[in-house]
Amino acid sequence: MVEDRPWLNRLTHLVLILGVLIVAFPVYVALIASTHPATAFSTGVIPLWPGDQMWENYSLMMGSGLSTAGAPPLAGMILNSLIMALVIATGKIAISVTSAFAIVYFRFRFRQLAFWAIFVTLMLPVEVRIVPTFKVVADLGMLNSYAGLTVPLIASATATFLFRQVFLTIPDELTEAARIDGAGPMKFFRDILLPLSQTNIAALFVILFIYGWNQYLWPLLITTDASYYTVVASIKRLAQAVDSVPQWNLVMAAVILAMLPPVLVVVGMQRLFVKGLVETEK
Amino acid sequence: MKRTIFGNQVLPWLLLAPQLVVTLVFFLWPAAQAIWQSFLREDAFGLNTSFVWFLNYRALLNDGDYMAALGTTAIFSVSVAALSMGLALGLAVSVDRLVKRAPLYTTLLVWPYAVAPVIAGILWWFIFNPTIGILPYLLDRVGYDWNHRLQSGDAMMLVVIAAAWKQVSYNFLFFVAGLQSIPASLREAAAIDGAGPVKRFATITFPLLAPTTFFLMVVNVTYTMFDTFGIIDATTGGGPNQATTILIYKIYADGFLALNLGSSAAQSVILMAIVIVLTMIQFRYIEKKVAY
Repeated sequence: MVEDRPWLNRLTHLVLILGVLIVAFPVYVALIASTHPATAFSTGVIPLWPGDQMWENYSLMMGSGLSTAGAPPLAGMILNSLIMALVIATGKIAISVTSAFAIVYFRFRFRQLAFWAIFVTLMLPVEVRIVPTFKVVADLGMLNSYAGLTVPLIASATATFLFRQVFLTIPDELTEAARIDGAGPMKFFRDILLPLSQTNIAALFVILFIYGWNQYLWPLLITTDASYYTVVASIKRLAQAVDSVPQWNLVMAAVILAMLPPVLVVVGMQRLFVKGLVETEK
Repeated sequence: MKRTIFGNQVLPWLLLAPQLVVTLVFFLWPAAQAIWQSFLREDAFGLNTSFVWFLNYRALLNDGDYMAALGTTAIFSVSVAALSMGLALGLAVSVDRLVKRAPLYTTLLVWPYAVAPVIAGILWWFIFNPTIGILPYLLDRVGYDWNHRLQSGDAMMLVVIAAAWKQVSYNFLFFVAGLQSIPASLREAAAIDGAGPVKRFATITFPLLAPTTFFLMVVNVTYTMFDTFGIIDATTGGGPNQATTILIYKIYADGFLALNLGSSAAQSVILMAIVIVLTMIQFRYIEKKVAY
């Protein structure tokens, strides 16, 4: 702050409070809706104060789901989402960290070619090549499986570049010292590189967990068996089936449950999250 | 470049293998398939396939629907970028002024990043529901009859608001980082010379934020072009009258719902070209940032 201007200070707080309210507004409305009985919506306008059906609505959605809408219980879908998010985040980090190690610390033929092959994936988001990718996965018999949900999304140019950047800043003296002491490449990787990149790995994990949890189009296409549904991809199915028989309270309970885990991750690990977000864009 | 390296020739390939296999099988091969498919045309029963050179592309250029989707995408991207970046800049400048409480406000502003686009869509769809939504109820009082199921303008407004709402937190974080990198001495000097807050913002802060603003513009356009599929699919389904059919949604609709594979593949290839251009722009910006 350059100078003290009382009216400007007040304006600053006003702008921020308004911003916080606008950002929170849709979630507040959804949260309130999820605490009412279904009859609360027949009066013509959404209630704005909490009702008393919160426990009933949430336990109904977690335990039995909406069978008329073809929606299984949320508990199973949340577990699937969790598996998907964790496998994608771990997998991306694991294969990217080894790729970056290979590219930075070795000189081999076609090194540039390998680098470019990974780089190109940055320009091929799954939405763009959705039809042929679906066909490949179908031909490999990976529809309706955890492998199909995760493996095709696991390649990551962004993560590889991030680790490459990190490794390039690690002083050569460390490598020399390790070699003089007789450490082979894998020992150097395990005992020096990995510990040094710990915070980067953690920050990246936060971003990738959110990425994996929020996948929509991919799980929607490759899961037709309800036992592999993920919660985010099922929201539309729930909302549309319910449009004929409005059960807004239940849909909104599902919405809140579907967004809670990644939101908690961002709020609880804010510092890592911001670090990860800024780093992955470099 | 490392001076000290390991001499092994086989090990690097083992380390690269998982990434390369996934890339080849699920990225490069399907992309090649899309390119190949875009030159083919199947008959209505899928019995005969013939190589038709650029017929699919030419058909797209003469297709009013495709051109309309191109226009819709442009309007959608620009509106989302302008709305979310405008809001984010206002909030970032405010947080930057604060000495105390900035972390609290930041926490309260960044969490929507974690909300999936489809959920953002459903949240606003509920608020704008023509029968029970709270905003149509209020709009009705001032004499506006909101109905995004029938009116194209309302539908576009709905998806723009939902997409922008989710993106504000991202833009906010990058604007705050950009503001913090501007030396305080510049603004202090201007203040001593008698420039007020508005003048300082217009002549010092905003011009110095230009690299951040440009970078965010590219990121926001990329976001609206690809990541907003869930919003469109869950709320408007591209309607009414294709008013919210953006390019990515059209690829999906033509490829999976209408099973017009040749056309869908040609659209994929065009979209890939757009992504390549956007990525190149992004990388040039980053090179410049590194240079200073």
